[in-house]
Amino acid sequence: MDALFFWVFAVVTIVASLLVVGQRNPMYSVLLLIVSFVGLTGLYVLLNAPFMAAVQIIVYAGAIMVLFLFVVMLLNVRAEDASEEARTRLGIGPGPRRFGAVLAAVLAVEFIWALRRIAVAPFASPGGEAAERTASVQEIGLRLFREYAFAFEATSVLILVAMVGAVIIARKDPHRPSGDL
Amino acid sequence: MFDPRLIAQLVVIGFTFFMLLNSAAVLVLMERKVAAFIQQRLGPYRVGPWGTMQPLADIIKLMFKEELRPRTADTFLFYLAPILCASAAFAAFAVVPFGADTTFFGLLDEPVKLMVADVNVALLVIFAITSMGVYGIVLAGWASNSKYSLLGGLRSSAQMISYELSYGLSLAAVIMLAGSLSLREVVDAQSGYWFGVIPRWYVFLQPLGFLIFMTAGVAETNRAPFDFPEAEQELVAGYHTEYSSMTFALFFMAEYINMVTVSAVSVNLFLGGWHGPFLPAWLGWIWFLVKVFALLFFYIWMRWTLPRYRYDHLMEFGWKWLLPAATLNLLVTAGVVIWMGW
Amino acid sequence: MLPEPTLNTYLALSAVLFCIGTVGVFLRRNLITILLSVEVMLNAVNLTFVAVGRFLGAVDGQIIAFFVMTVAAAEAAVGLAILIALFRHKATLSPDAFTSLKW
Repeated sequence: MDALFFWVFAVVTIVASLLVVGQRNPMYSVLLLIVSFVGLTGLYVLLNAPFMAAVQIIVYAGAIMVLFLFVVMLLNVRAEDASEEARTRLGIGPGPRRFGAVLAAVLAVEFIWALRRIAVAPFASPGGEAAERTASVQEIGLRLFREYAFAFEATSVLILVAMVGAVIIARKDPHRPSGDL
Repeated sequence: MFDPRLIAQLVVIGFTFFMLLNSAAVLVLMERKVAAFIQQRLGPYRVGPWGTMQPLADIIKLMFKEELRPRTADTFLFYLAPILCASAAFAAFAVVPFGADTTFFGLLDEPVKLMVADVNVALLVIFAITSMGVYGIVLAGWASNSKYSLLGGLRSSAQMISYELSYGLSLAAVIMLAGSLSLREVVDAQSGYWFGVIPRWYVFLQPLGFLIFMTAGVAETNRAPFDFPEAEQELVAGYHTEYSSMTFALFFMAEYINMVTVSAVSVNLFLGGWHGPFLPAWLGWIWFLVKVFALLFFYIWMRWTLPRYRYDHLMEFGWKWLLPAATLNLLVTAGVVIWMGW
Repeated sequence: MLPEPTLNTYLALSAVLFCIGTVGVFLRRNLITILLSVEVMLNAVNLTFVAVGRFLGAVDGQIIAFFVMTVAAAEAAVGLAILIALFRHKATLSPDAFTSLKW
């Protein structure tokens, strides 16, 4: 049963991610990425990490993607220019992009090579003590505020800085007369 | 093959779904009757005795209306939006328990839980699904390709995201008191009495939290006095301006089901869920229903009594008053929990 | 019958997702889609952390994934702010339009 769910979620995630990258309307890209996140959420549930699953939806799908959606709606970018279509296709782009595509292919080959070298590692059977521990929100909270307390506080400073920075950067320049935006 | 527990669970799921659909219909009637009472009118009274068949008539009317779609609308997203809205509303109720474990009058050997899914992070799940409901509204606003819809959608999402913070912080205080994220355990922590008279409901420990939760809940469900997304004087009908017939009905239903969910969650968190005096444990669901409908009546009462806020006032209230109050409440609760060693 | 997923399956899945994200960053001509591709890559990494955490029977994987998520939120906020500022200058989101270091 778990195996069936795994493959369903894996296929959903991969197909949605491919479509995020593969089509031109940014609105649909954002929505497909949410679908991909929902697939990942399913995988987290299968991995016995209900906290991660919930946070994935609340933070990623519920907050970060809304931000993207807002920007897409604000800028009203319908789609990439059709005149660029030919250049976007694999292999016929200008130099840097072709180089990038080659790099991505090398990365894929490297991954395949690395993954073939490690031994098959099945998970501990569900219901065991270890499985119980990874599913426990209490355990996550305790570790987060004891061993990882410094990292946690550093993250909060980071977020504050990012927030202030975002407001400053995106603020309208009062001295520069500009259009609607 | 015919595991009685499986069948019982399926019955519970089907029953929950059915009752949610019905509650939307009952609420429509209730809203109309209460509104009429507050405005010294009669309300619906021609369809069936005391107008009880009015929701049915409404549904038939909506079903036979023509389905309209703006020519410039994005067809796929236009139809996806109401479906998202309605399914998020239904899904959020899945983790809400509405009664003590029951054996169905001894029909089963082991008791079955009166809820669709018992998840150990139930509160987070409700949060997650509610935040997915925002997409239905934003997409409805965007896909309609109409200025009123877009403004309504944007307002609604900004409002929901702003109030979600206070909503979450007031929840967190209760989570700390109960020491669990599971709604069932939160409810069970509220059984019994203090000094033999006062029920151990968290509303007595968390009066401020309860107020914040209810206020944020009203804003989350886009109800008056915070119904800016559909403020009819300024935005025609907000995000569902361009919708008609059944797609409109889906939005309508989603709004009422969201109200039921918010009320049910606040009953479970603050008002002791199905625990109450006078009734035996297996009749706890009666207490649950009574409490939920009391809160729903409160919702409707507010809608027909209070005037709508101004949008900037709403944002100011949410960020400058509600959020600091919720933070303070959380800090004080945390301090007390540590000090008392609960 | 489908094979039972092991750690290797999850790692392979995460590698595939990471590659999809990389390809997106290199090939797309729209700054929003490029940011989205970065999110895909971050999620691939998160999946690895959670899967390995499950394999080792510790919650540390989830905690690190949680940090990645907060960093992703900061990244998205700043990235989108820069994107809006850029759009104000040139009214386009194509990275090719932004070639001068100073305006």
